[in-house]
Amino acid sequence: MSERAEQEKQLIEWLSDMREDEAIALANRMLLEEKANPLRVLEVCRMAMDIVGQRFSQGEYFLPELVLAGEMLEKIGAVAKPLIRHSDGPAQRKLARVLIGTVHGDLHDIGKNIVTFMLDINGFEVKDIGVDVPVQTFLEEISGFQPDVVGLSGFLTLAFDSMKETIGAIEAAGARERLKIMIGGGQIDETVRAYAGADAFGRNAVDAVSLCKNWAAAA
Amino acid sequence: MSAQETGTPASTAPAGGPGYARRWQRIMDCVALRQPDRMPVIMYATFWLAKYAGITCRQLMYEYELTREIAERAIVEFDPEAYNPMVLQSASGRALEAVGFKQLQWPGHGVRDDQPFQYLDREYMKAEEYDEFIFDPTGYYLHTYLPRVAGVFEGFEELPHFPGLHYFRLVGGVRSFAKPRLRQALENVMRAAEEVERYIGHHAAFTERMNSLGYPCTNLATSVSPYDFLADYFRGARGMMTDLYRRRDKVLEALDKAAVFLLRQAVAGAKASRNPIVFIPIHWAPDAFMSDAQFRTFWWPSFRRLMIGLIDADLIPMPLWEADCTKRLEIIRDVPPGKCIYWFERTDMVRAFEVLGDVVALRGNLSPSLMTTGKPAQVDSAVRHLAENVFAKGGRLMLDCAFGIPDETPVENVRAMFDAARKYAG
Repeated sequence: MSERAEQEKQLIEWLSDMREDEAIALANRMLLEEKANPLRVLEVCRMAMDIVGQRFSQGEYFLPELVLAGEMLEKIGAVAKPLIRHSDGPAQRKLARVLIGTVHGDLHDIGKNIVTFMLDINGFEVKDIGVDVPVQTFLEEISGFQPDVVGLSGFLTLAFDSMKETIGAIEAAGARERLKIMIGGGQIDETVRAYAGADAFGRNAVDAVSLCKNWAAAA
Repeated sequence: MSAQETGTPASTAPAGGPGYARRWQRIMDCVALRQPDRMPVIMYATFWLAKYAGITCRQLMYEYELTREIAERAIVEFDPEAYNPMVLQSASGRALEAVGFKQLQWPGHGVRDDQPFQYLDREYMKAEEYDEFIFDPTGYYLHTYLPRVAGVFEGFEELPHFPGLHYFRLVGGVRSFAKPRLRQALENVMRAAEEVERYIGHHAAFTERMNSLGYPCTNLATSVSPYDFLADYFRGARGMMTDLYRRRDKVLEALDKAAVFLLRQAVAGAKASRNPIVFIPIHWAPDAFMSDAQFRTFWWPSFRRLMIGLIDADLIPMPLWEADCTKRLEIIRDVPPGKCIYWFERTDMVRAFEVLGDVVALRGNLSPSLMTTGKPAQVDSAVRHLAENVFAKGGRLMLDCAFGIPDETPVENVRAMFDAARKYAG
């Protein structure tokens, strides 16, 4: 195995094992001292994130690991991205576009942020439009971003009505048939899905990724 | 039968009006793992009171007298075994303003008039401040934390550092109180204290009134698990989760320290209230949030110490295990039998009864989606399910919603919940 291949294997292992200090130091050395292709380093990080995602799906990892993995990826991305030149290669093709936000009246974002991160590392182009998002903003973003999937998040019980209202407005605007809608959050279950008129609900970030992958495959 | 004779804690709530003793006894029977004469039903309402009365959340938070009237009307109409401190938990708007509280957004302060208050998850303690917190929590509160979370304390940064003051340095240390910013802060605190006194006064008067009508309050004291205290109110969700890897030893040290002062505070609060039940809402225990090993290392030990400390002080811990905690049941079983009430939000109550029925009383847990979007007949079925599969089989269950009555619940569903409890469980 070449030295670079050894390094890449080591980076994947340290990232996926949550050994932050070693992983960041190695990535920085590869990028800044050894002038490794930044797109390749990011691709290696993505492979590590795949392992993190698998361990999460299998119940080995939980929220702390997802959050730490996200922060490690951010740190490496901050060093790698300014180094990318056009000649380094084409950007990765995305599986589908997902628009995500917490519905109006609700300020909670922990779950939404984790879903955003998991979709992102699984190859989706995700646009996160924040918390307490008015219905009109969702409509404008759908029109501009043209998502394949819309994710509505909410933790409070008031979110049930906000989700129903948002989905009703998407339908009234004639955009409902063109996209799938998934909902999620602390109190969301099948009863709320039916009430709000969503296509599916997810209990966690893994559910969200599965839903989007299935929809992307069927499209 | 006296409280001592029935094996319940000595510091039971004060005697009240007609029916008070009977209602309270049902709850104490459940705690002591004895079958009560009927399944108690608890009424836990906060912003649902606004829907019930057709007013806004803002009115509920600011019109203290009106809130008291509404809360009394709801309790008398539904006739529960006990109720939560409704006035304390809703009519707080002017007190929050007076304190300049920054950790919440409430109607007129970040959210609309028809919305409940919401907590802001932020980093209120920086990672590099762990040592300061661990070495001297009081000093950290005075100089750093309080001014950060409440405007009324801005200026406290100028307070002298008390430990170390001695002899003439002690005399000279008083000079700090001549600083205009600190003097202003002290005046602000005293003014805010008057408003907070009015707020608590309404709550105390309401509790007295309900006592005289025969309705006990479930609890007047509250506490928090050391982990949740540190995660929610200091480090924020993101900071705390990464600290489990980046600052493992500091986290454990801070949890040990917090367990001691949180216990002291909870015991003092509960003793002063003359109500033995200590309500402890729990946020970070759910199955989905951390691994079994992390739960056993970071979450459970300091919380168990807190609970045992409360039990040793003749108090009754009442944790509300939010979300689904099925995987934790075997671990949290490790408490002395007949001393605690475990309130579950989304954990399957039948499963909780199977694992914990011989150790703790249970409370809960009609689902929020059912209560807000279901029909009365569906609520009836859900109550029947719990009555037949938990209470009738020997589970010491106090019926309630998953986390109190959701704010949007139609009144007819609340009626169905109370009617069904009487229909299926005495």
